[in-house]
Amino acid sequence: MKRLSLSQQRSLTGYLFTLPFIIGFILFFLAPFIQSVIFSLNHLRIVAGGYELIYNHFENFKHALYVDTQFLPTFTQTVLNMITDVPAIIFFSFFAALLLNQKFRGRLLARSIFFLPVILSSGVIAGLEAADYMSNLMREQATNATSFLAGPTLTAFLLQMKIPRELLLYVISVVDRIPEIIRASGIQILIFLAGLQSISPSLYEAARVEGASPWQTMWMITIPVLSPTILANVVYSIIDSFLAPTNALVTYIRTTAFGGAGFGIGTAMGVMYFAAVSVVLAIVVGVLSRHVVYQD
Amino acid sequence: MAVLTRERRLVLRHRMGSFLFAVFRTVLILGIAYIILFPVLSKLSSSFMSKRDLIDQTVRYVPKHPTWDNYRFAMEVMNFWRVFTNSLLLSVVVATLQLVSSTLVGYGLARFEFRGRNLILAAAIFTLVVPPQMMMVPLYLNWRFFNIYGLLPGQGLNLLNSPWPFILTAITGTGLRNGLFILVMRQFFTGIPRSLEEAAYVDGAGPLRTFIQVMLPSAVPSMVVVFLFGFVWQWNDSFLTTLYLDHNFLPVALSNITTRLAQYFEMTDPQYFSFMVNAGSMLMIAPLLIMYTVLQRYFVESIERTGLVG
Repeated sequence: MKRLSLSQQRSLTGYLFTLPFIIGFILFFLAPFIQSVIFSLNHLRIVAGGYELIYNHFENFKHALYVDTQFLPTFTQTVLNMITDVPAIIFFSFFAALLLNQKFRGRLLARSIFFLPVILSSGVIAGLEAADYMSNLMREQATNATSFLAGPTLTAFLLQMKIPRELLLYVISVVDRIPEIIRASGIQILIFLAGLQSISPSLYEAARVEGASPWQTMWMITIPVLSPTILANVVYSIIDSFLAPTNALVTYIRTTAFGGAGFGIGTAMGVMYFAAVSVVLAIVVGVLSRHVVYQD
Repeated sequence: MAVLTRERRLVLRHRMGSFLFAVFRTVLILGIAYIILFPVLSKLSSSFMSKRDLIDQTVRYVPKHPTWDNYRFAMEVMNFWRVFTNSLLLSVVVATLQLVSSTLVGYGLARFEFRGRNLILAAAIFTLVVPPQMMMVPLYLNWRFFNIYGLLPGQGLNLLNSPWPFILTAITGTGLRNGLFILVMRQFFTGIPRSLEEAAYVDGAGPLRTFIQVMLPSAVPSMVVVFLFGFVWQWNDSFLTTLYLDHNFLPVALSNITTRLAQYFEMTDPQYFSFMVNAGSMLMIAPLLIMYTVLQRYFVESIERTGLVG
């Protein structure tokens, strides 16, 4: 057998290390992915010992869009929720990471509390909580305080001021959802914090010597250096909000597919959902990546 | 009053500023911590309340007659120990296999030049972007009639209600959010200087030995993070477990708890049952909290080395 050159050996080893994923991707990802596109164009019937497909043009899509009364509203609501939540999550987690990066007593404790939502993000518990009597009672008592900002009097007052109306309404809707936003920010805080800690202290040192104010340092150093991290976080947040177990559309697609309406229709909804995710991601990445500064 | 020099006034102002900022920071952190901890603490307190606390108007947050009964009933109707063992086993196995596959693949992507490397990287990102709901039906049917698209003879095996779908996807790096773990491990290995491995190669070690003996020890912090996340996501997952398995797992048992309680007591009482529902939730959260507390110091302090940076 011919001996392989060193670079050939290296590339062979590379294939060997990544082989599990190559196999898995083809068998358990690419194949079902293609199948779901096919399924969405067919009527699927379970027969003895397997299933059969009957091609039916775009009937499944038409059914999902025009016959199903709930799909479209749930779909739009999900996308809208994502659009309002993601900027708030990014803003909050960036801010929280800045706070947690400072030196103060109890920093470790504060960090572990801020990351806690990551491990508690269970769809089942969230569902139970929403239906639970005691939780609702306690939450009602507790949110009387936070609902002050979103209360009718203050809203009416703020609306009279010369602040752009859309911006104000957005801020109010975000304030209303503060607990949800905080609980969806765990990983993003973690990623920002890792990014902040990778910034070389010498940059800040130099800025201080030059007499830059903290505000200037933030805009001239922190944000540009973190811009790839911001992009990664935006992408992560979008995916996370689309795939969240509490997401209404996710549940709806599942009930449709397995609850009698038909596998084909459920899969067609899934395909449309995927298309929406891709379009949103493509637009966001396209716009943001122009502003990203890579250091090397 | 003594006249302050200009410098002194500046210093004072500066101190005043940092003090005010520290107060502001503390208030903010406490507020956020409150929002995060409130649901957990309220679940905890109501899980210990007894029927007498329900009638007692003075009881709001802290039970006056704490009891373990809610836990006893919750455990009984959930068939807790069996369900708990199943969930624990599945989560440990899945997290371990995901860790193995993502470490291998991440290292392969970070260190070796070969054709199609970027394609594989793109594929890993792609697996994160596709909602599992889209592929739910084909996946379900493939596991129901498992013959690897005709490679195996016959009608195929029924792998539903067995751990195989989880094992096979975890070991091949295509499990739940596995792409993310591959990215994390790749990022970590990319950041490690090559000189370490080169020394091992000069000493005559092969790639696999170099990987195990030289690279893995320094990767432990990232691996802990990957394991923790893999475990937590599998533990909390109800989407795939209900799709592939019958109700022998914690999230499923917990989501059915209200119905089971009604059957058990042969009545419904949402207020009283709420205590037991919360006890059930605490039972599901508790192992995660314990694991997190044990690992968090390790976890929180070692993020800077995990390569989570995009």
